[in-house]
Order: sequence, then structure tokens, then C-alpha cells
Amino acid sequence: MATLLKISNLGITVRTDASSRTLLKNIHLDVTPEEIVALVGASGGGKTSLGLSILRLLPLAMEIDEGSIVFKEENILAMPLSGMRQIRGKKIGMVFQESLSAFNPVFRIGDQIAEVTQTHLGLSRAKAMNRVDELLDLVEVGDPRKVARSYPHELSGGLRQRAMIAQAMAASPDLVIADEPTSNLDVTIQAKILELFKKLRKEMHLSILLITHDLGLVRFIADRIFVLYDGRIVESGEAKAVLDAPVHDFTKKLLMATKI
Amino acid sequence: MNKQGQHVSQFQASFKVFQRNRLAVACLSVLGLLYFLAIFADFFSPYSYDNEDRNYSYCPPMKVHMVNQDGSLSWPYVYGTSFVFDSFHKRIYTEDKTQKYTIRLFPKGDAYRLLGVIPWDRHFFGVETKGRLHLWGADSRGRDLLSRLLWGSRVSLSIGLIGVLISFVFGLFIGGISGYYGGWIDTLVMRLCEMFMMVPGFYLMLALRAAFPPNLNSLQIYLLVVVIFSFIGWASLARVIRGMAMTLKQREYVLAAKAMGLSDLRIIRMHILPHTMSYSIVAIMLSIPGYIMGESALSLLGLGIQDPYASWGNLLSEAMGIVQIRFAPWILLPGLFIFITVICFNVVGDALRDALDPWLKAEGQS
Repeated sequence: MATLLKISNLGITVRTDASSRTLLKNIHLDVTPEEIVALVGASGGGKTSLGLSILRLLPLAMEIDEGSIVFKEENILAMPLSGMRQIRGKKIGMVFQESLSAFNPVFRIGDQIAEVTQTHLGLSRAKAMNRVDELLDLVEVGDPRKVARSYPHELSGGLRQRAMIAQAMAASPDLVIADEPTSNLDVTIQAKILELFKKLRKEMHLSILLITHDLGLVRFIADRIFVLYDGRIVESGEAKAVLDAPVHDFTKKLLMATKI
Repeated sequence: MNKQGQHVSQFQASFKVFQRNRLAVACLSVLGLLYFLAIFADFFSPYSYDNEDRNYSYCPPMKVHMVNQDGSLSWPYVYGTSFVFDSFHKRIYTEDKTQKYTIRLFPKGDAYRLLGVIPWDRHFFGVETKGRLHLWGADSRGRDLLSRLLWGSRVSLSIGLIGVLISFVFGLFIGGISGYYGGWIDTLVMRLCEMFMMVPGFYLMLALRAAFPPNLNSLQIYLLVVVIFSFIGWASLARVIRGMAMTLKQREYVLAAKAMGLSDLRIIRMHILPHTMSYSIVAIMLSIPGYIMGESALSLLGLGIQDPYASWGNLLSEAMGIVQIRFAPWILLPGLFIFITVICFNVVGDALRDALDPWLKAEGQS
């Protein structure tokens, strides 16, 4: 099957006034259509930065200094900014860890989701609001109208995370980058969110790049796994194979941590 | 949460804090009344702004009588006036008790267009056209001061609002863009701001006014004054907004908005500027007095609104001589109105700052 996203030989450097440090080096990663790929690594290891680099949203201090990111046969790193806007949110959606801070506190959830559909699908206000209801229904929030009318702080963490997934799905993207989407939720809600991802993959033909440190999740949902350690991919392959017979010490340690 | 378990919005909570400040509520009511009177100035004033009668030059405020000479109660009325010249050739007005003019509600008077469209000639109060009514005295040409005050409030009160709105739109967007993009755009914009802030406002105002021809019609002058004020006012606001934008752009929802492919202008408009609103509203309230006083100063010097049109500033320009103030002190009344308006805006602005400050509110509720 053709590759949807292919990252080759990517290197990211952090520059401050005085020094520079290599954050990621020699990263190879690929995602095929309708696949759930897990990127696993320790906190502060550059997982999130890798996710952001796919959308070219790295902080100013970070620089991509080698390699390529190819999405649907287009080189993202060579794309003009106007072209990036057609990819961000439209072809690649993003789900953040902190749903409370990722929503603007002064607008209603529905308006914020509608904003994306209006931008990318050119919908009128009325049609956008209908689309919001459909999307919220898709992510199974129970009462879409009520959620759409709520402000972010009025919703529970689980509902808000679902709303954010709905926002990421607003323009029917091919790929969703989910950065620790469940680490702030309790276990039962975690499982439901993961089920939701599986359903979206099947119904919306979605690929998901799941960034996490929780191997329990990975076993449950991922097709393939990439283990990031010390700025490099140290192990990769079919999720089941890697988790049943880890080769690298770091993977083993992570696995031990999950078993406790 | 309130008793019904509904969520109390930020706005409702702020409104409650504001309401508790009695002085501010009173001042807001005064402002409301002034603006209401300004909008319907042609109806509430007994005369048009240029209705003059030289026989009433510097006529002092007329006394309103409620009791007839025979001691019986009457609908309020004024006497006609007559004058003699004293040895300094100054007019001495006396009541002519043979002429009695009842103050009527809704008498016919000068024609006007209500709200600029509906033609009408009724006024809120007045006397029959044979007599004249000068409750707050008349000016050198015998024009009713109360009427001119009301007409003048249209210019003086609206110029503050419109000027502030224009300069705030500029200030918000320029500051937002500067703070959001940073880098050389920020440097360029901020140096430009500093150039404007460096020149003392009043002299910049004079210089800008001097750059335009002196013989403009009143509407052109009005627009010119607004433009001049907006030109001066945006810089200080842009600086503060720029600082706030620099902090706000670090928020995760701004990153999220970028990740959703929203354009920069949309992000600035939807995800940055709304968060500066509580500051902006207070700043707007506190800077309106500056515009009102600026217009007054310009008109006082004869560079703003020109006679026969009225503004509080050019009404005061008549009060620049010691002789006028000595013998016709009522022409200082516009000054009192400027004073009241400025004080009210300041009190309301202060109260709004308290009401919109989340920390102070938490303290008040504990």
C-alpha cells in the first residue's frame, strides 16, 4: 500500500543564543493509509516536537536541519506557507494532550469547531453549525447541541477530548496526529477514546499517528510502533512483535513499567 | 454557580461587581442621560443652534415663576424682558411684568429633522414665538445657551466615541500584528509608535490641523478632528496590546489554531485580541475624556468647530475675556459640562477596571 506520510533521515536541532543541541537525529518513520502508528518515547524526548514538525509548527528555537517529510507525495518542508495552510487542519488534524488549554476559553466549543469547517470547507455559518452537530455525533458526545453550546471549561475532560477529536476531524483529514490524547483521562474514559479512534479509522478511513509513553495503549490500538530514545528511533516494527519480544533496553524498561 | 445551578458567566459576574459601585452607576446614568439628550438635542432644546435675537444679547438666565402676582399657583411661566444701558453701555435686563409667557410642553418652534430623517417642528418645551425663553441665559448674539449646549454636546460627545473607536481599531490591529509576528515587523512598528508618542500630543494636534486649509465646512472640520485624534491615539494602545499579544501567542490554543490551518489574521482576530478586551474596554473608557478635552482645546483656539455651529469647546471660547466672565458668568456653563463628562468617564472607567479584574472579584466574593 502507498505511504501516506514518510519521514526520512529527519534531524532537529535546538538553538539558544549560546549553544545548540541535537534533539532528534536520523529519524525514519512512515504511516500508510488507515493505519494506527504509535510513536513511543520518554517525556521530553522530542516526541511532541516530531509531531509538530510534520505541520511545520516547531517553536522558533528549533530547526529542522536535515531530512525530508513527504505527505501524499508532496515535500512538506519545501512547501510555501499558503500550501501549509491547506494541509494543516484540512489533510492533517491534530489532537492535543491538554484539551482545556487547546480550546480558546472565550468561545463556545461549537463555534471553534465551526471555524475550522468554515475555513477549510467554505461552509456558510448555518451549514457549518449542522456539520458541527454531525461531527459531535460522530465522536459520540451524547447530546451534540448541548456540547456545541458549552464553553470549554463547562465540559468534563472526556467530553472535551472528544470535542477536540471532532475538531481535528472537521475537514475529514487523512491523518490525525494525536499527542498523548488520553494521558489526562482516567482509565475507563481512556479505553472509550481509544475505541473511538478505532471506529474513526474504520469509518472515516483515517490514519492515526499516536504519540504516547503508555505501552498499554499501544498494545490495545496500534498496528505498528516506533520507539524513540535519546533522539533516535531505536526500535520499530509490528506492534505485537515489538511488544512480545523487545530488543532494546529502553523498550524493555517501558514494558516493565506498564506491567507494574 | 448561582442558586439555580446555572453557570454565572464572566459578564454577569463583572456586572454584579460594577453594580455594587453606586457612584459608578450614577455616573453611567449621567453619561447615558447626556448622550440621550445629545441624540435628541434638536427636540429637547427650545431653539435651534443659530436662532438669534440681538435684543437678548447676554440676557441673564430667566427666572421661572410658579406663583401669579395675586398669589395663586400657576403653570410655570417667565416674564418678558426689557433692557436699559448703564453708564458703561452695558445692558441691564429687567423683567417686564406686563408680558407673561407660559412655558409649554411641545410648542411649535424651529423646524428640524428628528434623528436626521423625520421632519418636525415641535420642541420638548418652550414659549410662544412672541417671547423668548433663556433658562441658562444667552450669548453675545442672543442665542439660547441651553440650546447651544445641547447642540454642542452632539459634537463634543460623539467626537470622543468615534475618535476612540477608530484609534482603537488601529491600535488593536497594529499592536496585535506587531506582537504576533515579532521580529523585524515588531521592531519597525514599535519605533513608529515611539515616534508618535515622542511628540507632545497637543502640538502634534496643532501641527496636523495647520496642515489642512483653514476654510473647511463644519462637517469636514468635524471629520478632520476625528482623524487627527485617531492618528495620535493609536500608538500608546498598540504598545500595550503588542505586549499582551506576545504573551497570548504562547498559549496552546493559538498553536492549536495554527495546527488547524487558520490564517494569521484570523488567529489575531479570534484568538488573540478577544483576550485583551477587559484591558481595552477600560482603556477606551479612560481615554474618551482626552478626546473630549482635545476637541474642546482645538475649538477653544478657534481651530475646531466654527461658529455658528456649536461645540462645548467653541462655546467656551466666548468666555475667554474677563469682561464676559465678569458680567455674563453663565457662559462658563459648557466648562461645567466638560468637567462632569470627564469625571463621569473616569469614574466609570475605574469601576470597570475593578469589575473586569478577575483577582479583585475573587477577593470581593470571599
